[in-house]
Amino acid sequence: MKSITAVAALVMTVVSSFSAMAHDEEVNIYSYRQPFLINPVVEDFTKQTGIKVNVVFAKKGLAERLQREGKHTKADLVLTTDISRLMDLAEKGLTQPVNSKVINSNVPSYLRDADNQWFALTTRVRNLYVSKDRIGDTKLTYEDLSDPKYKGKICTRSGKHAYTVALISSMIAHHGYDDAKVWLEGFKANLARRPQGNDRAQIKAITQGQCDIALGNSYYFGKILNNPKQKAWAESVAITFPNQQDRGAHINVSGMVLTKYAHNKAAAIALMEYLTSDLAQSIYAKVNMEYPVKVGIKPSPLVASWGEFKADKLAMSDIAKNRQLALKMLDQVKFDL
Amino acid sequence: MFIKLNLKWPAFSWLLSLLLFLPLLAIIWQSFGDDQDIFSHLWQTVLPDYLLNTLLVVTGVALSSMLIGVPLAWLIAMCQFPMRGFFVWALLLPLAMPSYVVAYVYTDLLEYAGPVQTWLRASFGWHGAMDYQFFEVRSVTGAIVMLTLVLFPYVYLLARTAFLEQANSLLQSARMLGCTPWQSFTRVSLPLARPAIAVATSLVAMESLADFAVVNYFSVPTLTTAVYDTWLGYGSLAAAARLSSLMIAVLFVLISIERLGRNRQQHYQKTTGQEHKDRFQLRGGKSVAAVLFCGLIFGVAFLLPFITLIDLAISYFDVSWNDQFIAYTYNSLMLATIVSVICIVIGVLLTYFKRLSNQRFSHVPAKISTTGYALPGTVLAIGVLIPLTFIDLRINDLMAWLNLEEPGLILSGTLFAIVVGYVVRFVAIAIGAVESSLNKITPSIDMVSTTLGLSPLKMLLKIHLPLVRKGCFAAALLVFIESMKELPAALLLRPFGFETLATYVYQYVSDEQLEHGALAAIVIVVVGLIPLIFLNRSLEQQH
Repeated sequence: MKSITAVAALVMTVVSSFSAMAHDEEVNIYSYRQPFLINPVVEDFTKQTGIKVNVVFAKKGLAERLQREGKHTKADLVLTTDISRLMDLAEKGLTQPVNSKVINSNVPSYLRDADNQWFALTTRVRNLYVSKDRIGDTKLTYEDLSDPKYKGKICTRSGKHAYTVALISSMIAHHGYDDAKVWLEGFKANLARRPQGNDRAQIKAITQGQCDIALGNSYYFGKILNNPKQKAWAESVAITFPNQQDRGAHINVSGMVLTKYAHNKAAAIALMEYLTSDLAQSIYAKVNMEYPVKVGIKPSPLVASWGEFKADKLAMSDIAKNRQLALKMLDQVKFDL
Repeated sequence: MFIKLNLKWPAFSWLLSLLLFLPLLAIIWQSFGDDQDIFSHLWQTVLPDYLLNTLLVVTGVALSSMLIGVPLAWLIAMCQFPMRGFFVWALLLPLAMPSYVVAYVYTDLLEYAGPVQTWLRASFGWHGAMDYQFFEVRSVTGAIVMLTLVLFPYVYLLARTAFLEQANSLLQSARMLGCTPWQSFTRVSLPLARPAIAVATSLVAMESLADFAVVNYFSVPTLTTAVYDTWLGYGSLAAAARLSSLMIAVLFVLISIERLGRNRQQHYQKTTGQEHKDRFQLRGGKSVAAVLFCGLIFGVAFLLPFITLIDLAISYFDVSWNDQFIAYTYNSLMLATIVSVICIVIGVLLTYFKRLSNQRFSHVPAKISTTGYALPGTVLAIGVLIPLTFIDLRINDLMAWLNLEEPGLILSGTLFAIVVGYVVRFVAIAIGAVESSLNKITPSIDMVSTTLGLSPLKMLLKIHLPLVRKGCFAAALLVFIESMKELPAALLLRPFGFETLATYVYQYVSDEQLEHGALAAIVIVVVGLIPLIFLNRSLEQQH
């Protein structure tokens, strides 16, 4: 029994020492995005304002944690990718509106919530990577993915990944459920291998000749080109923007929300405003190779070299709305199996 | 049994195990929520395939871990051959290797675009995948191989402990009665070690059932995938909880079948710990084969991934280095130490209660405490979060009512939550390992001690603990290393500003950039090795 008491005492000491930690001014972030993506932007904010920024990063369950913690949560902001996740936070009542002139003038209205519950920070395109040698046509569309002439030539990551689900949601919005399903079945029939790996892995597969066309986000291509050891993977691969002749390429966002019970509200809003500022937006563009949301901020030179593109103007809320249908459709056609 | 326990023991054991069972109860409670027909949708579409994959992975990993672990344990414990002294501890090293790292390394190596296949294509003039057949690493088989590589040491360690704890006299008798070494193995050693092997194998099965990292990386959808799909994709914690409960049920059936199989068997041994063990001297072809077998497993499960990590760490040293490493290492070490101590204490108390009590349901506390291990990590973390936040909020309400300052989230918002999460998850390992040692002590020892007037607690401290010391060490080591690697609970439950080595590595692995986290991954492995060396010394010294 003595040992239990000793252990209990030890645990309590540790617990109390941690709960006693407190800082002057700080902002606490729950982030679905990796710290190494956020730190470059945030460090500069701390330097300017003296406000400390703490991050807890996880890929799953942060919304659940926030919900359970209720009004005692320490989290002030949530950063995440994918429009559905942003809207889900708002729908669960975990957010509060932010009425900031700075943010509203920096973020175009179609990239923020009508009620100011969420704001996009960057956009990313769902590109098609193609083999320079084997695919002459660079004017591909998402619809082409189900064209039988590409049988056995297409690679993609898991259909369940948020980026793919969002693309399928947009297909449902544009074509209706039934046609979208026929398309998804054709797409599945064209796959060179079971969906696997991330977007980088698809580029590698094209280089090695396992497939000729792959779906992937723009910034992965940039990151590979910037890595001296991986650069070779991308040399024989071209990045294309789909559907430029009609509705434009599908885009998704990364964004932020202010939590309903944020304890450091003023500091958190200061950080939110900073994240939409010229400086932060250009860091996002430069380091992460995403497209800044603020009009007038240029993407990185590398990203810009891929050319201007036309983006699908479908409302973000429509993408989120069809998400459940897209997921069920993926199960029905057994896309990942 | 026959010893009269006062009320303190059962009350304490039941209370303790119910506390450990709380997270699971929370999940079961969730499963009664409205699941929006998602369960039936899944059942009509992909769930049968997922279920099949799960069964294949779990039985595949359990069987192959046994096929590798038991022979290795026997060779090391009972035979003498060159380099045995090295393999004794080298074969434990794969334990320290996180499964996601092993999976990553082998995928890079063996996939279509990897160096092996590229080289083959170049050497033989093949043009594409149509020209040849190659092992598909991202497959069910691949997942079985990867999980086996990191999990077989459980079987190896517990089986070896069991072999070492076996009374030498039994084996000598077997040999004198004309058994060949092989017969003395199958007729004496193996049946005696069966409980330990069964415990280890069920730990392996539970761990592979709960695995998400490897199967997700290999795009092999299993029940765990379904759990995460329903929870995060369809947003239905109820359906996810229902699936998790189903997983636990399946596991209970499997374990019960095994228990039933050896229900009537009771083996006790008298070990004094002073007998000298005569190992079989292997010669010629046999000793070469033994060295090759050990070497192959060691090379594939540890050496190759470790060298790859070192190579990555050197190539990417500039981006890999982080001056916070010391702090992360300290956090990981501290957590792992606290958790292993707590787990061992709980493990000893619960199994000891089960041993002494004559109540009909006295085995239940130890059993229900082990269920956390089979839950997917993030689901378990949610299970921990539900009761802890609930209590936290009540405490705050109470303080507000008393007009005192509200303390905030003192349980769920602090390290306490992580420690609880780890303990709930890993106490199964401690209970399993301690139990398999404790069961070998003959009840006559208890009778004698009681007759001589020792109280149950004194008997535990003076008699049983010294006898099961090795089992406890093995258990502590396993819990320690698992805690060093553990990810989901730490990720989701940690307070702000708290980073462990594993959470640090994960941010890179989750973006498929292991190269940037290679250095930290090496630290996880190396720190895991330190207790291995201590443990091994204590295991070997006895003999």
